[in-house]
Amino acid sequence: MADLRVNIGALKLKNPVMTASGTFGYGEEFADLVNLDRLGGILVKGTTLNAREGNPYPRMVETPSGMLNAVGLQNHGVDYFISEIYPRIKDIDTNIIVNVSGASPDDYAEVCRRLLPLEHIPAVEINISCPNVKQGGMAFGVTCEGAASVVKAVRKVYDKTMIVKLSPNVTDIAAIARAAEDEGADAVSLTNTFLGMAINTETRRPYLSTITGGLSGACIRPIAVRMVWQVANAVKIPVIGLGGIMNGRDAVEFLLAGATAVQVGTANFIDPSVTEKIIDYIDDYLNRHNLNSVADIVGGML
Amino acid sequence: MKKFAKDFIVKDNVTLSSAYALLRLAPVDGILPEMQAGQFVQVEVKGSKTTYLRRPISVNFADYDDGLLWLLVRNAGDGTHAMIEMQVGEVVNIVLPLGHGFTSPSDKSESVLLTGGGVGVAPLLFFGKTLKDADFNVSFLLGAKSEKDLLELDEFRKYGEVFITTEDGSLGERGFVTMHSVLKQRHFSKIACCGPTPMMKAVAKYAKANDIDCEVSLENVMACGLGACLCCVEDTVDGNLCVCKEGPVFNIKRLKWQI
Ligand SMILES: Cc1cc2nc3c(=O)[nH]c(=O)nc-3n(C[C@H](O)[C@H](O)[C@H](O)COP(=O)(O)OP(=O)(O)OC[C@H]3O[C@@H](n4cnc5c(N)ncnc54)[C@H](O)[C@@H]3O)c2cc1C
Ligand SMILES: Cc1cc2nc3c(=O)[nH]c(=O)nc-3n(C[C@H](O)[C@H](O)[C@H](O)COP(=O)(O)O)c2cc1C
Ligand code: FES
Repeated sequence: MADLRVNIGALKLKNPVMTASGTFGYGEEFADLVNLDRLGGILVKGTTLNAREGNPYPRMVETPSGMLNAVGLQNHGVDYFISEIYPRIKDIDTNIIVNVSGASPDDYAEVCRRLLPLEHIPAVEINISCPNVKQGGMAFGVTCEGAASVVKAVRKVYDKTMIVKLSPNVTDIAAIARAAEDEGADAVSLTNTFLGMAINTETRRPYLSTITGGLSGACIRPIAVRMVWQVANAVKIPVIGLGGIMNGRDAVEFLLAGATAVQVGTANFIDPSVTEKIIDYIDDYLNRHNLNSVADIVGGML
Repeated sequence: MKKFAKDFIVKDNVTLSSAYALLRLAPVDGILPEMQAGQFVQVEVKGSKTTYLRRPISVNFADYDDGLLWLLVRNAGDGTHAMIEMQVGEVVNIVLPLGHGFTSPSDKSESVLLTGGGVGVAPLLFFGKTLKDADFNVSFLLGAKSEKDLLELDEFRKYGEVFITTEDGSLGERGFVTMHSVLKQRHFSKIACCGPTPMMKAVAKYAKANDIDCEVSLENVMACGLGACLCCVEDTVDGNLCVCKEGPVFNIKRLKWQI
């Protein structure tokens, strides 16, 4: 058996396979179908300071080898998470990481400040792809200044591991990654969903209530792999790769492109125990290639 | 109820009319999980180049004598088309059982009307059997465009009296289920309904006007089926709820339908 352990800053993972935020609930929804203790980490649903109802239905439509979603960060708010959900999931033997969203840098910082004392939450993932209300609805993640302002605000109050999740809807993702690194992020994860749109040609209406939505699934993988490779070459902090990982081979592809760990999202909907199969595949892959540890293939593209 | 992702083998595939098939599947490990009428399953789709996600399909019947899961499938697109083309002996992965089903009334003297249209009749068969086993008086009111769209009539007759409407009048009374004369002749204390949304709304309106307890089964588009992705929400008096987890069956009192 190969050594599957990896580190993301101070965060220790038993293997590089985590679940992506918004696709795996709080883990408990999958408890009957996956051995959660085997996972490297669980990124829980996007959490905001106050409760959010999310967008109206319809919120999803299938597209070629993927799907568009427009959930809109429906969640009960951070205090509900702390009092109701955390006690139920804290003893899962994995890294439970909270994905955080906000409408201003102060919002992000306040959510992280409240999460800091929770013993079994070793890290946060800052989702900077959501709209910046103060600057008129543009996402923080699309400018270096926006990204830097959020990372800076969180870094002031949060001294555990901070992962910054990057939006792919930008011209130069490596520049945004460097901005996050400069303000003290411990790692970056990419990619979030790609902005997309689909129209029902019979009814002439958009499929989503919000008209546009986020594209995920196998169809985005080659773009995500390219971006992970670009970012891994641009920063010194660890990179977490995701976007369209459907199986173990795909996960290894991201590691070779420079990711230290991966997240699996939409694939959980198709095969709820796909993450366990990916872990087994990576172990088998390393053995087949006479390698001892995951570290031997991170950025290992020849 | 514990959920499973199980391989099932197709035992038979009966074409009911050009657009429908009844699939009977046996779990490869021989153990058919406990299920509730009104719950659904998520079927892996094989043999369709364009289908990516699983497809939600209601439990039509759970036959514990022969260990078979019945799925009644309408050809609605590439995914369901691939399903109805499945061959005997093929193996397919199914996640089940999902969601919350219909609730049985507390009082055995109540008479229950199960009404549905088109392929929406699917979950009513298993609910009819569940109610009959519990000694309830069950009636079915089944609607369809035309006689050829009425499915499993002989099966329904095993569990209760069957009333029929067709839009073209080819069988039973002409019109929609809410126009059937039995609704004027008899009193029902509970209605369970599944079918196209306009039909469910018409039934819900009738139930509300007559102060009859009524449950409907929603078919919002789904991705995970497990309550994790929040894609399938319905606006309810308790906010946005996942149809796949809190439903698919809802009491109409919880819905914000304008009826
Ligand atoms: C809880 C539930 C129970 C259902 N039970 C049955 C059943 O017993 N028998 C049956 O034949 N059908 C049932 N359906 C509907 C069935 O899931 C859809 O017809 C099927 O997903 C269509 O897929 P497709 O690839 O054939 O067609 P597509 O071309 O993908 O779509 C055709 C139509 O189906 C709808 N649809 C597409 N994807 C989904 C999805 N993921 N969830 C729900 N609707 C979708 C679309 O809005 C579209 O109008 C049920 C749906 C739900 C949510
Ligand atoms: C239904 C759904 C909800 C999502 N919600 C969130 C979220 O709350 N926060 C976040 O950072 N990303 C969210 N994402 C994005 C995923 O975490 C992931 O970045 C994206 O889906 C790409 O990975 P995949 O192709 O493996 O799914 C969501 C994705 C989907 C499909
Ligand atoms: S389909 Fe994912 S929450 Fe209902």
